Amino acid sequence: MEILQIENLDVFYGDFQAIYSLDLRVNKGETLAVIGANGAGKSTLMKTIAGVVPVAHGSIRYLGKSIENLQSYKRVSAGISLTPEGRKIFRSLSVEENLKVGAHTKRKGPWNLQTVYDAFPLVSERRDRLGINLSGGEQQAAAIGRALMSNPELLLLDEVSLGLAPVVVEQIYAALPQITEQGTTVLLVEQDVIQALKVADRVQCLLEGKTVLEGAPGDLSRGAIANAYFGIE
Amino acid sequence: MSSQISQVQVRRATRSSKVGAIALVPILIFLAVLPYILSRGTQQTLVTLFSFIVLATMWNLLAGYGGMVSIGQQAYIGIGAYGLVYIADTLGIDSFLAVPFAVIIVGLISIPISFLAFRLIGGYFAIGTWVIAEVIKLLVVQVPALGGGSGISFGALSDFSPGRRIAYVYWFALICVILAVTVTYLIMRSRLGLGFTAIRDDEVAASSLGVHVVRSKRIVFVLAAMGTALAGTMIAANNLRLQPDSIFSVQYSAFMIFIVIIGGIGTIEGPIVGAIIFFALQQWLADLGVWYLIILGITAILITLFLPRGVWGLISGNGRIRLFPVGYSLNVSDLAKSLSMSKGTTNESG
Amino acid sequence: MNWLNAVVQGLLLGGLYALLAAGLSLVFGVMRIVNLAHGVLAVVAAYIGMVFVQNFDVSPFLAILVVVPLMALLGFAVQWGLFTPALKRGGLSPLLVAFGLAVVLTQLLQEIFTADTRSIPSGSLASSSFEVTPELFIGVLPMITFVVGVVVIIALQLFLTFSPLGRAMRAASDDSETVSLMGIDNRMVYALATAIAFGTVGLAGIFLGMRTQFSPTFGDAILIFAFQAVIIGGLGSLWGTLLGGLVLGVAQTVGSQINPSYGVLAGHLVFLAVLAIKPSGLIPKAVDR
Repeated sequence: MEILQIENLDVFYGDFQAIYSLDLRVNKGETLAVIGANGAGKSTLMKTIAGVVPVAHGSIRYLGKSIENLQSYKRVSAGISLTPEGRKIFRSLSVEENLKVGAHTKRKGPWNLQTVYDAFPLVSERRDRLGINLSGGEQQAAAIGRALMSNPELLLLDEVSLGLAPVVVEQIYAALPQITEQGTTVLLVEQDVIQALKVADRVQCLLEGKTVLEGAPGDLSRGAIANAYFGIE
Repeated sequence: MSSQISQVQVRRATRSSKVGAIALVPILIFLAVLPYILSRGTQQTLVTLFSFIVLATMWNLLAGYGGMVSIGQQAYIGIGAYGLVYIADTLGIDSFLAVPFAVIIVGLISIPISFLAFRLIGGYFAIGTWVIAEVIKLLVVQVPALGGGSGISFGALSDFSPGRRIAYVYWFALICVILAVTVTYLIMRSRLGLGFTAIRDDEVAASSLGVHVVRSKRIVFVLAAMGTALAGTMIAANNLRLQPDSIFSVQYSAFMIFIVIIGGIGTIEGPIVGAIIFFALQQWLADLGVWYLIILGITAILITLFLPRGVWGLISGNGRIRLFPVGYSLNVSDLAKSLSMSKGTTNESG
Repeated sequence: MNWLNAVVQGLLLGGLYALLAAGLSLVFGVMRIVNLAHGVLAVVAAYIGMVFVQNFDVSPFLAILVVVPLMALLGFAVQWGLFTPALKRGGLSPLLVAFGLAVVLTQLLQEIFTADTRSIPSGSLASSSFEVTPELFIGVLPMITFVVGVVVIIALQLFLTFSPLGRAMRAASDDSETVSLMGIDNRMVYALATAIAFGTVGLAGIFLGMRTQFSPTFGDAILIFAFQAVIIGGLGSLWGTLLGGLVLGVAQTVGSQINPSYGVLAGHLVFLAVLAIKPSGLIPKAVDR
């Protein structure tokens, strides 16, 4: 079954149209990677699903119900959780406090402080450190952990690899199976195509706010993906 | 492409500003001859209006262009007023000559004050300016030569007969208000003014473009202090009696803020429109006593939330009409003409 | 000249200032709003308390049970209906709206109660004191006020540090957009913070009313003193606000020992000195925003 259905989506960032008539479907339990170059509209898409950016036209249906007009904080209670671009860890709170804030909605599920610490040893080691004193990789792991604390049905990961060393990115993505094996649907946005192809069940490539390619990684040739990514006919 | 660009002109004046400029001359002449027509009381009332216009224009310079909300400008009203009285009465300098001296002294005093005040930002800056005003008042009250707690009288003008004196003060006030508005207009039109606007909109971006943020803010602060002091001299000349609790009263700040909010913050026309409205309201609602301020306060809150550009913003269609042209516009019809003459060039935009 | 007595009285006064300033510090800490109406709110609470005590002939401490929830409710409404919309407008709007509110409230009090000075009758409490040494007497009411001030600061600090709502407030002050990604309604967090702040200023107002005579324009001085306590102590730190209140209280009482008319001026000068020498305050905030 489809957990998320986006149809004909138009989104504006100020005066600038970021997304044009976009269609997107995510099946329950799968991992969909949205790839594309900078400015392709990927992060705007995530923010729109999370409710931070408003919908101009089109529909977003989550678990069958349309959520375009649902306030962002209510979407978390419904089971959508975003790990924002730039991590956005609360600087004056400790890692553990960040996680506790993430648990505000008290949704039931497999994720709590202990299980998050088990899945992300890096986060566990830094639990008492203030957000402002974390490295990029530590912040990213903590941010994902924080998003998990709300026990989402649909986890949105926005540009996890941004600004991080490849080794660190590998470590973080290595934890992904522990998330998906719980049945969580993951929608991730990535500039790092190689990494995205490794973890995704399906891939959708965006260029200037429109879909130019989609399919399972196994069915798509490298050449086709590269052409789509760079907008070469 | 370059030849096309040179054909595009950058204009400062707008159609409405040309209309405004032409209309200004008869208006000023009319204002100048009023002392021959109006009663003394009305002239004094108009001087109060002119002083409000100056105060509001200066507060707007500080807040609307400089981004600094102050509730302590009464400090400079007081020093300007006391300065004038001291220089004219005690030092014996001609009263109208004493005004520039008083204004310059206030300007000098405001420089070290700015170093203190700039330690704070936002709302705390606002209260900080109020504390500074209170300190200045408390210090002035300690000085016997300035009359202590009971105040001081402005005697130097008593050489004139009342009719003459009031007319001279009126013309003096008219010159002051023209001066204050003109200087503000010229500054905002200049490169300095462009820098102020950039700082108001985004300090970090302005700084990265080479605008000296702190220095510019200090200039705005000092200029606003000087203009406010000028208003102080107008008030002193009009009232002839200064009392510390009233000349240093925070109510002046309240008036300045309400005038600028109601008139429209961030434009030159706004404070003038606001002062006229405020004044009219004051005359009209005078019988209501305390309710007058309550209505004013509620109006200010509503305008801040729902009509942030004030009455002038409403009238001018949010900037389409500009009597004082401080902006820039491209002569678009020429541009369109020159572009249409050269169809077929490659798209060079990145 | 009894300096020890002056310092002790100053500390006790400082407790009241800390109590008055706590709400101002909280609202600024969470929402970056400087509530210019803060001072007049204390006076509003004092008047409500006075009316309650006089009409029902009860102890002021009973009035606290009525005034504090009432003020908290007012805070919730003001934040929801006035400050949050102003925050959305951005720029100078929150400051200007708070200013307008301050003027409106002051004039309303003037209209209802006139400019006469009043106080909250507290019976024998106002004048009772106990002897520490033959030169040092400590008033019971100032002592209670001081203790309440310290307790409130501690309670607020504990609330912010350990409670989920307090954590949400601290998170909101770091990054209000991301807080909504946690499933938290910002408007609610803000409104509750302001409700708590108004509640504390309500409590402070009652003690103020018992300790001294007040009139509608008293709010001006209170705002200034609260602000000075916050700045002297250091922005963003409730402990700082407590320390700042104590320093201010001592400065004022010692100043008036030297000359009765110098008290407030001494406080101003100490404030300006801190501003000049150590602008981040005595206890600067650890994390820079």
